[in-house]
Formats: sequence, structure tokens, C-alpha cells
Amino acid sequence: MAIIKVVNLTKKFKELVAVSNVSLEIAERECFGLLGPNGAGKTSLIRMITAVSPPTAGNIWVMGKDLPKYDREVKAQLGVVPQIDNFDPDLTVMRNLLTYARYFDIPGKEAYRRSLEALKLFQLEEKHNSQIRELSGGMKRRLLIARGLINQPRMLILDEPTIGLDPQAKHLVWQKLKQLKSQGVTELLCTQNMEEATLLCDRIAIMHLGKVLALDSPQQLIRRFVGDKIWEIEVTPNNKEKVLQELANLKFDFEEASNVVQAFHLDDESAKKMVSFNPRPRSATLEDVFFRLTGRLLIE
Amino acid sequence: MRMFSWHFIHVWQRNRDVFFRLWRTEAVGYVIEPIIILLALGTGLGIYIGIVGGQKYIEFLAPGIIASYSMFSASFECTYGSFIRMEYQNTYDAILATPLNVEDVIAGEIFWGATRAFFTGTGILFIAAAFQLVQSPWAILIPIVCFMDGLMFAAIALFFTSLAPAIYTFNYFFTLFINPMFFLSGVFFPLDQFPQILQSLSWIFPLTSVVHITRGLFSGEFSSELWLALAIILAFASLFFTISLVTMRRRIVK
Repeated sequence: MAIIKVVNLTKKFKELVAVSNVSLEIAERECFGLLGPNGAGKTSLIRMITAVSPPTAGNIWVMGKDLPKYDREVKAQLGVVPQIDNFDPDLTVMRNLLTYARYFDIPGKEAYRRSLEALKLFQLEEKHNSQIRELSGGMKRRLLIARGLINQPRMLILDEPTIGLDPQAKHLVWQKLKQLKSQGVTELLCTQNMEEATLLCDRIAIMHLGKVLALDSPQQLIRRFVGDKIWEIEVTPNNKEKVLQELANLKFDFEEASNVVQAFHLDDESAKKMVSFNPRPRSATLEDVFFRLTGRLLIE
Repeated sequence: MRMFSWHFIHVWQRNRDVFFRLWRTEAVGYVIEPIIILLALGTGLGIYIGIVGGQKYIEFLAPGIIASYSMFSASFECTYGSFIRMEYQNTYDAILATPLNVEDVIAGEIFWGATRAFFTGTGILFIAAAFQLVQSPWAILIPIVCFMDGLMFAAIALFFTSLAPAIYTFNYFFTLFINPMFFLSGVFFPLDQFPQILQSLSWIFPLTSVVHITRGLFSGEFSSELWLALAIILAFASLFFTISLVTMRRRIVK
């Protein structure tokens, strides 16, 4: 059963269309990724799903309940991990968790038990009496996820959970997110980190300018839009035109990216046809898909 | 317009917990300062003023100070305090990700502002009692009036906060609204020495009504305008509470 179902969802801010006619379903127990450049509409979509922003048009069902009518009931079942930390800076780590638990009407003793458990899970139990400002960036991010788990949500919604973290902290967060998923928590992950998306997500929706351009597993997205291998030819201004002309003649699927021409969907046999240009193969990644779908130009 | 639910109490509790962690720094302004005013103006300046309306000046001044410092507490709490929570600490965002809605946050903030006024007013009342300035047992009701005083000014302040583009905007709120009221609502001198027209106009300032009631309870001498004053406070409080529910939702929910 779909834990989230979104149908023809649109969000407008005056003239700006942030989300345009998006429909998608997220299955229980999967990790679903939202990938897209800044301004793609990821955050607007998440804000609507978490019932903090009403849609301009369209419908949302979360766990079978329609929003925004059942917003309190839905929010009680969600764990939201924001991108910017919004702890109470004047309260200790433990007090922060207890205060947050109180918003969910979790009684004191139970809240304390769950807070300890969440701190242990994220290796923060020694920090329970610390001030928020004493925590490192990685600890704060882990604490944000721990806080998001306090109501034992069926679904965790994470907005860029590893942005700005060092590799060690990043890998610890990834490991915990995998562990939570294996325990049955559905995850909706909004990210710009391709490695993260490939590693964690079962399915990914690539968004651009408010629309979902493609939706599939990371492997399928790579296979569909670029092929398993990419052949790259380094070009100079002198031979660039010649290379492009030749690849066009061969009816290859290719694209130029500054001083490199990339050919997609080629098997080794076909690649031999352009051997004179000295092409080099490499494995395709989600980033290649991302660039193909959303373009290389800076969007602002 | 949507109503708030009883969940608002959790916002109140959150603010209370933070306050009791920091109260040592906060209490200074709200209790020490009025004591200094009472001593400096009441006993110092009061010697030259003598008897006002049958009372010593300090006895006349004390209930006005209680009313106005309660007002300051609630007003600061729901302007600077609320603005910092909303815009800098992102506390509202954190709360709105839980089963609480915007209206719960607003109600929690306003009732907390009222509670701050209650603490401040009660604190000064105890000090006034220690100085043996309280003349009537009716003064026991003053903390309730301080709470209502706070409810009204917290609602007005939060309404202003819902429109404030930046934290500096609150300078206008205090220099053009709160401070003039402090001086022109009968805290420092009886309003009956104003021309009739100004006397009537001073009732526009909601603090005038509060001072009227606290002074009555303090001395035990009630005027016929007591019920009018009470009605004015309730009207202001419910009006601005309601408007805040609408304007705050408009500001926060996008």
C-alpha cells in the first residue's frame, strides 16, 4: 500500500509555480529520494506532504488520510528532520528531546525512555546533559534525526540530512538511515548528493522546475538515460566540430560538456567506430543522469 | 479563522521551561527596575509631591507601576521574544512539524506572555506589601488583573509581531505606543488634571483601564468606571487575540 499518494499537486507563490502538477506514490518501507537542483520544488513538495503548506491544487493522502483535513493525525505519524537545525538553544540535549516528545503528548516517563533510546542509537548518550552549542555539526544532525524518531513515526522525512558534514559523520548518518529502513521505517529523502541517493534510495524522482522528470530506481535511471558506460572524448576547439559531426553521422546519442564530448548507450562494439578520437569509457553515475535531465546551466 | 486546541499548553510549557532556566537574568529587569522607580520616584520625588488623592505619592504610584511593568513583560515577551523564536531560532518550524498547528503556537505564546505579566505583577505586589504600601485586602485580586493585563498586551504585541518585517520594527511599537502609554495612562499622576477631552482620550490607551482597576484594588476605593475598565480590557484582549490568529497564520503558512 502507498504510504503517500500525491495526485496532480500544484503549488504557486503568486506568479511562481514551485510545484507543477506532480503525481507520485511512495510505498511503505521504501526509501524514496527527491533529487533536483535548487528551486526544483523539492522543499515545497515536502512542506505540502508534511502539512505545513497548503497545496494550491491537487490532493495528498498520507497513510490513507487526506491532507490538509487530517493534518494533526498525519503529523503525529511523521518524523520530520529539517535541514536547518531548530533546537531550543537554551535547553540541554535531553530537555530538547523531552520538550519535543511533549508536543506529541508522550507522557514523561515514556518520553525519557524513548529519548535515551534515541540518543543511544545515535551514539549521543554521553551528551544528554550538554548544551546544544557544545555539539559538533555531525552530532547536531544526528540529534535532529534522533528527535525525529521520538514519536516512533512510520515515516521519516529528511531534508538534506548530510549537507555540510565531514565524510565520517556522513557515513555514520547513512549507516543509521539504512538501519532504520531495515527496521521498517519508510524514508523520504530530499537530497542533492548523488552518492547518497544511489546508496540509500530504492527509487528516485528527479525534479526540475516543479516537475518530476523521471522516477525509477537509481540503476534503472542510469540504464535508461545514459547507459551503463559513458564514453568520453577530449576535444580541442580545433577538432570539436569534426568529432561532433562524426558522432552525428554515426547516429550516436551524445552531448558536449565544455571540452569533453560524452557518448551514451554504447556497447563496446559500437564504440570502436570512433576509436580514432581516442574515447575513454567510465561507469555512468546518477550525476550523469542528473545533468542529462536538468542541464548543465546554472539555474537561478 | 481556525481555533486553537488544548495542545497550546505544550508551547506554554516550552516557554516556561526556557524561562526557568534563564529567569535569573530576566527577572532583574522586571523586578529590580520597578523597585528602583518606586524608591526613587515614590520616596524621593514623593516628598516634594506630598499627598495625591488622599494617599502618599508612593501608595498612589505602586499600583500604576504594577500595571505598567506587567504590560512591559507581556509586550517584550510577545515582540522580541516571539520574533526571535519565529525568525532566528526557528522554534515555530520545529513545533509545526508536530501535531500542533499555528493557532496552538499563537495561543501558547499569548498565554505565556500573560503568565510573564502575572509573575512580574505579583512580584512587585509582594514588594509593595513588604513596604506596607498595600491598603486593602482587595489587592489579593491584583495578580488576576495582571494576567488579564498581560493577555491583552501579549495579544496586541503578537499582532504587531505578525506584521513586523524586522526586529528593529519593534522600536516603533515601544516608542510610539508602549512608552507614551506608560506616561499618559495615569501611572504617575491622576488623569483628572488633564482637560476633559484628554481625559476621555486617555481611555483609548488600554493601560488606563488596567491602572484604574489595580489602583482601586490597591486602595479599596472603587469608582463607577471599574466595570467599564474591565470591559475595555476584555474587549481589547479578545479582539487582538482573534486578529492575531488570522494575521499570524497568514505570515507563517505559505
